[in-house]
Amino acid sequence: MIWIIGILVFWALAWAANVRLVHSAYADTTAVRIAVPVLFGITILVLWEGLVRGFGVSQIILPPPSQVLVAFAQSTDLLWVDFVQTVLKGALRGFLIGACAAFVVALLIDRSVFLTRGLLPIGNFVAALPIVGVAPILVNWFGFDWHSKAAVVVVMVFFPILVNTVQGLRETDAMQRDLMRTYAAGYFQTLLKLRIPAAMPFIFNGLKIATTLALIGAIVAEYFGSPTRGMGFRISTGVGSLSIDLVWAEIFVSALVGSAFYGVVAWIEKRVTFWHPSQRQAK
Amino acid sequence: MRNLVPILTVLAAIVGIWWLAVAPMNIRPALDIAERGGAVVVPEGSVERRNVSAFKLMLDNRAYVAVGYDLKRPRLPTPAQVGEEFWKTTGAMVAKGRAWSKRSLIYHAWVTLQSTLWGFFLGTTVGILGAVAIVYSRVMDRSVMPWAIISQTVPIVALAPMIIVVSNQVGIEGRGVPKAIISAYLCFFPVLVSMVKGLRSPTEQQLDLLKTYSASGLQSFLKLRLPASVPYLFTALKIGIAAALVGTIVGELPTGAISGLGARILIGDQFGTPLAIWSALICAAILAGVLVSAIDIMQRVTLRKMGFVS
Repeated sequence: MIWIIGILVFWALAWAANVRLVHSAYADTTAVRIAVPVLFGITILVLWEGLVRGFGVSQIILPPPSQVLVAFAQSTDLLWVDFVQTVLKGALRGFLIGACAAFVVALLIDRSVFLTRGLLPIGNFVAALPIVGVAPILVNWFGFDWHSKAAVVVVMVFFPILVNTVQGLRETDAMQRDLMRTYAAGYFQTLLKLRIPAAMPFIFNGLKIATTLALIGAIVAEYFGSPTRGMGFRISTGVGSLSIDLVWAEIFVSALVGSAFYGVVAWIEKRVTFWHPSQRQAK
Repeated sequence: MRNLVPILTVLAAIVGIWWLAVAPMNIRPALDIAERGGAVVVPEGSVERRNVSAFKLMLDNRAYVAVGYDLKRPRLPTPAQVGEEFWKTTGAMVAKGRAWSKRSLIYHAWVTLQSTLWGFFLGTTVGILGAVAIVYSRVMDRSVMPWAIISQTVPIVALAPMIIVVSNQVGIEGRGVPKAIISAYLCFFPVLVSMVKGLRSPTEQQLDLLKTYSASGLQSFLKLRLPASVPYLFTALKIGIAAALVGTIVGELPTGAISGLGARILIGDQFGTPLAIWSALICAAILAGVLVSAIDIMQRVTLRKMGFVS
């Protein structure tokens, strides 16, 4: 009972603090902008911990966050091996291959109006399909190791990036292209100096969508067979053997990796498309 | 409709490439079968052939390339094989009056569709309510919005088995609820983001006008903000329904589901029947197409009725 009352009091206090922070004179400072969501996140964790302990929920169903943290600290070696297998070998390589392939294909398609008209609707449609379903087929083709995971990731990230890049390449208007022509710029000069920079916001949009898809692809592919390591492997076997705290530690890692991956791409985007209105900062 | 010719050309090209790719993909199992049948194959023995490239095998054994187009368990089935299998598990079942049998893809598509719609409904509701809360409360905006973004960078598939286990332990029968939760998780975010944008889309002038009419907060919400957000909502719904379908299929993939398209894929993998996987994939693609088009039609009708120029 003490736990329930405790978390309710904490919840009320944290909410009151957030309300005061947001309506205070410092609401627009960076510190407060970070502090408010952090406080909200901590509140959720405290609620989780308190509810699990207060109601005596079995650890097989839902371990409290403190126990997940202990499991995380105790099995860092194991988690690191899984991280290398799934993220560095599977997801990242697949992401790079898929992104480069999509970019090159987009450049090729873009040279033909006919192909653009034909492929864009199909690409848009395929991007909406549940492509994860091809995972078992690709695992069958490329074997259990990271190659098949990278292949699934390539297929998953290819279409979103392709569609966005093709759309971005069409973003320049006739005036801008005419200007390049008056400079006597050739196709490649126009491409490099005008059209690719103009397409960058779109390309990064596709890349950001693809970061999440890459992790999903790599993890799902491991459900269909993998060497005895990898995040997806650990999650599916952990659920079977009821080592739930380890599964949550693995989920924690995947959340961390997913956010970091997204953050890195967003950071690069900020550097590359600093000129775009959405990136300009009010002074 | 001027896109029709290019689209059909590209589709034909894809099917053509697929058909050509069948030969190199299936040459090894085809040669194994031919060899077992007593044919002379260069080089002999499947172990010997492992280090020879598929194209060299095709050149050396031209007579047996055709075998690869009629395998029972192909590595890559031909388009015709997939079409035949798809017809056998849908149209032919209907013709026999067994559309709801467990072997019929229509039954499995229906199971998947139900969870998808529940998840879509749940996710859309959460997304819209969240957006209203965010637009009207600065605290919600500042504290929840960052977490909504972070929630989407978490690969949901990592959570999927956990959600299934937890809901099992809590005593929820069947897999409908966990699947719906997973698809709602994927579906709420685009709705939330678009609705926040849509509810904020009325200009300062428009809001001021309603103030001069002395409209209450609820009135300006119902008469201005909500209608203004409808175009944004429909764009998000199209993304959301596709995401909900992905979520349901992901929810069916791990840990032993028996019905649903995802389960068909899983079972096809476990029993080594690639044709079942391929026809389930085709079925999922058709389902996605139908759902997105349905929303698209609703969007057109609604927006035209509301007077948005389309």
